[in-house]
Amino acid sequence: MIDWLALTVALPLLGSVLVAAIPARSPGIGMATGLLTTTAALSVGVLIAHAGEPRSDLGGWGVPLGIALQADGLSGALLVMANLVALGISAYALGYFASGLRRHFWPLWLLLWSSLNALFLAADVFNIYVTLELLGIAAAALGALTGGQAAIAANLRYLLVGLLGSMTYLLGVAILYTGLGTLDLRLAAESLTPGPLAWTAGALMLGGLLLKAALFPLHFWLPPAHAQAPAPVSAALSALVVKAAFYLVLRLWIDLFAPVVGPGPGILLGALGAGGVIWGSWRAFRSERLKLLAAYSTVAQVGYLFLLFPLLAAAALPKQQELLGALLLLALTHGFAKAGLFLSAGLLQKHAGHDRIAELGPAIRSLPAVAFAMGLAGVALVGLPPSGAFIAKWILLTESFAMDRWWWALVVLVGTLMASAYVFRLLENAFGPAAHLDAVELGGDVQTEKIGRMIQAPALLMALVAVVLLGLGAESLWGLLGSSSP
Amino acid sequence: MATQLLFGLVGIILFLLGVWSFLAHRPLLRKLIALNVMGAGVFHVLVAVAYRGLEKTPDPIPHALVLTGIVVAVSATALALTLGQRLEHEDD
Amino acid sequence: MIPDNILPAAIVLSSLIPGLFIFLLDEERHVLRTVLNMAGALGKLVLVGLLIQGVYEERLIESRWTLAPGLDLVLSADALSVLFVTLSTVLWLVTTVYAVGYLEHSPNRSRFFGFFSLCVTATVGLALAGNLLTFVIFYEALTLSTYPLVAHRGTPDSAQGARVYLAYTLGGGVLLLTGAVWLRSLAGPVIFTQGGMLSDLAGVYDGQLIAIFFLLVGGLGVKAALVPLHGWLPQAMVAPAPVSALLHAVAVVKAGAFGIIRVVYDIYGVVLAESLGLLSVLATMASITIIYGSLRALSQDGLKKRLAYSTVSQVSYIALGASVFGPIATIGGVVHLVHQGVMKITMFFCAGNYAETLGVHRVSEMNGVGRRMPWTTLAFTVGALGMIGVPPVAGFVSKWYLGLGAAEAGSDWVLLILVASSLLNAAYFFPILFRAWLADPPASWPEEHIAARRLETTGALLWPPVVTALLALVAGLFAAAPVSPLEWAELIARREYGL
Repeated sequence: MIDWLALTVALPLLGSVLVAAIPARSPGIGMATGLLTTTAALSVGVLIAHAGEPRSDLGGWGVPLGIALQADGLSGALLVMANLVALGISAYALGYFASGLRRHFWPLWLLLWSSLNALFLAADVFNIYVTLELLGIAAAALGALTGGQAAIAANLRYLLVGLLGSMTYLLGVAILYTGLGTLDLRLAAESLTPGPLAWTAGALMLGGLLLKAALFPLHFWLPPAHAQAPAPVSAALSALVVKAAFYLVLRLWIDLFAPVVGPGPGILLGALGAGGVIWGSWRAFRSERLKLLAAYSTVAQVGYLFLLFPLLAAAALPKQQELLGALLLLALTHGFAKAGLFLSAGLLQKHAGHDRIAELGPAIRSLPAVAFAMGLAGVALVGLPPSGAFIAKWILLTESFAMDRWWWALVVLVGTLMASAYVFRLLENAFGPAAHLDAVELGGDVQTEKIGRMIQAPALLMALVAVVLLGLGAESLWGLLGSSSP
Repeated sequence: MATQLLFGLVGIILFLLGVWSFLAHRPLLRKLIALNVMGAGVFHVLVAVAYRGLEKTPDPIPHALVLTGIVVAVSATALALTLGQRLEHEDD
Repeated sequence: MIPDNILPAAIVLSSLIPGLFIFLLDEERHVLRTVLNMAGALGKLVLVGLLIQGVYEERLIESRWTLAPGLDLVLSADALSVLFVTLSTVLWLVTTVYAVGYLEHSPNRSRFFGFFSLCVTATVGLALAGNLLTFVIFYEALTLSTYPLVAHRGTPDSAQGARVYLAYTLGGGVLLLTGAVWLRSLAGPVIFTQGGMLSDLAGVYDGQLIAIFFLLVGGLGVKAALVPLHGWLPQAMVAPAPVSALLHAVAVVKAGAFGIIRVVYDIYGVVLAESLGLLSVLATMASITIIYGSLRALSQDGLKKRLAYSTVSQVSYIALGASVFGPIATIGGVVHLVHQGVMKITMFFCAGNYAETLGVHRVSEMNGVGRRMPWTTLAFTVGALGMIGVPPVAGFVSKWYLGLGAAEAGSDWVLLILVASSLLNAAYFFPILFRAWLADPPASWPEEHIAARRLETTGALLWPPVVTALLALVAGLFAAAPVSPLEWAELIARREYGL
């Protein structure tokens, strides 16, 4: 019996060490590790689809002393998405980094990948802390990779804010342990009762995580950090790292805290989410630079995800499954779409030497495949059909009306209009005078590069998944959710 | 019992002090120290939780958490200091 | 031969798949591109023929795909969808020929024809939609696929026109979406059912149903150019002529009008709509649009702009037909979907011909153009006469039925609107005809791109308007024949009213 769960964590870790030891071979080893890890993740997905909730007690040690890895429909789907996106980013990174940065990128990247997988599979609240910290450290280091002033400053802030969040979380864990005597998620869920313990621990743990998930108004660190990082790292940060923090909020909410706190916190989260949608979309519209636009778009998207919390809290059990599926679909679509957008942005930045939207016209027009990928990603971010986000939005809207909570629907609709504004402000540059990029338009001293065909593929593939695969094939997600708990 | 309470309360006070300092002070070093003080506060709480009375040995799990927490805090602090130093150099 | 549950999906795919391949073609491969286009168009025509047969025999022809629990993408064929699909398919074929000729030597043709095919895919998908969800999906897809066509030329004017277009249509899309999800939350899956499917909710949810109706019609009315939501249409004239032809005859405006018909007949049902007072409001909105559009057309010197405002006016005849209670008015409105499409596309083709061949863009430049381009101007004349309502062109038939239906329903003021609008149509079309045929041509044309040889312009530009003008004539002359659009419209009305 191959322990696929453990492999998803162990393989990238091993790869990371190898790549640090043999820098000359880093792309090859890195890519190979990536492929193997993704295979392992897909196997986990298959396991879930067939057999429910696989669990692996590492080293044979059970609860409460051992560390266990656990997957169910929710974490499994996110795991598969994360690994596929990471694979795409790896392929992209092969062509993106010059030899200098390459040797620093791969070890950190594989470390990030490993901690990401471990996070999705974590089965107790302390393991979550460990993986969260690993993820944060790797992400901050990667974000500052280029070594520029702005990048370092932004990612240093990211690191510090992240530490604040995880310390808060850890205190919550301590308090939880005081009351319940266990760290395991399932056992804790069984013994948690409403009361000051639940409230305190919940506030601390969720508060810390919300900081990392960039929920408005705790999002302030995100735009600079994501905009300054190199494109493949930005893709990972926006599409995956933030998603991981969100996943943890969702997990703790559903498994531990929702049954024991009233509707109040759900509504608060929804309200903050609404703020994120409006503020993030507005700032995205006002952005002059492409990567900043994409980063603010992430803030808005995170807001959308939190809009579902009050509905989840208020819904009856069968409806909860439907809403959960919609939430998952939204998260998955966004993951692929945002990665596609950042990867495209990276190529445009390389080609034009800058990422100022107003002047990107010639670059966009000379790279039609990239423009198309960006267009598809944009469609998914706005939530237009046939993307998966549209279906998720439809469910969210219908349920808001059905539960007489139409104000959430209003936020979604306004958000859609705003998202259309900033997406099409970007895309309209794809239509213009004939495409050619010459030195006259760029200014002599700016560095530009020719973009090969292969490197354009990952962005296009991600965008296609977001729009076509998740648009038409979403039904199986609910099956995946259903084949596991509750 | 009183020892436990003392440790726990001190831990919480340290944590709050750390948070305040982190938010209030601008220099990097101050923030890092604040974070470490926060960490120390949490570790105090954990040690307090581990106490099971004079007769029995303490609960090993919170101690394991403290050890892991210290390692993590040290690594993160190291990274932050490196980044901070880079920032100083860039300024020159 | 082709199973009934694959046929609708196949019709949609017959333009999607060639379209996707066309995107990948290099610019120089014009032969292959034309072959793909024509193969798709002809294939679609064949499939539509099978569809017509199936619907006539009242078979259940439906393709279904589950998107999520309780959310199905449904493509099904009934008499109304067949009408729209046939119109779209025939006119797509003709427009493809025209576009190949018009865009010769233009850049970015692969991109153009790629989005062109996507646009048709969206239109037929919308026509075949069996529930509101599917309709909304293809309606938005239509917006997305037509935007690049409007922006195609890449000039600042095009960009501005496209921006306005997008703002209006995405806004309309949000209205439509709001109405759709609201209705879904009240009534469950909204499946298009002859006679309407909301009768259970009447009496209890009247207020909400009325609000939803306005949201839906508002969203649809943007594309259907109902005043005051019509602002994008004249601005969108910056697009190349084949795009204007497609937008105004087939895809966008008709999609909006078609949607309004669906809402009135197959969601609410005429009886419920009448009892909620919705029909009279719709009739008022349609009438205002008819008159306003014609008045604005009077003052336009730009030929395409004048035709644009004429479209604003004419498409509302369809909404008017839907809003007058009674099968005869229904027939008039529904058949005008076809007739207006054929007539208007003729006129836009001709406008494109004048621009491409002679550099003539304004009515004031059209003196004596009939002598230089007789066939084009003949086609234009047929279209204009049809718009005014002169027999035997098809437009006369639709106006006749609308008038008759209005009289039967006792809505005399509608009759007045029809007469007034015909007079206005004459007022802005006859001067063009006089100029074209009777005035002396200028010493030289603004920019003669294509010299007159055997034919007055290139074949690809000439044949399409001649063919469509002929169709308009035939549809009118042989309206009583068993295969005419009128007969089909009568079938639709019969099934709708349960006669």
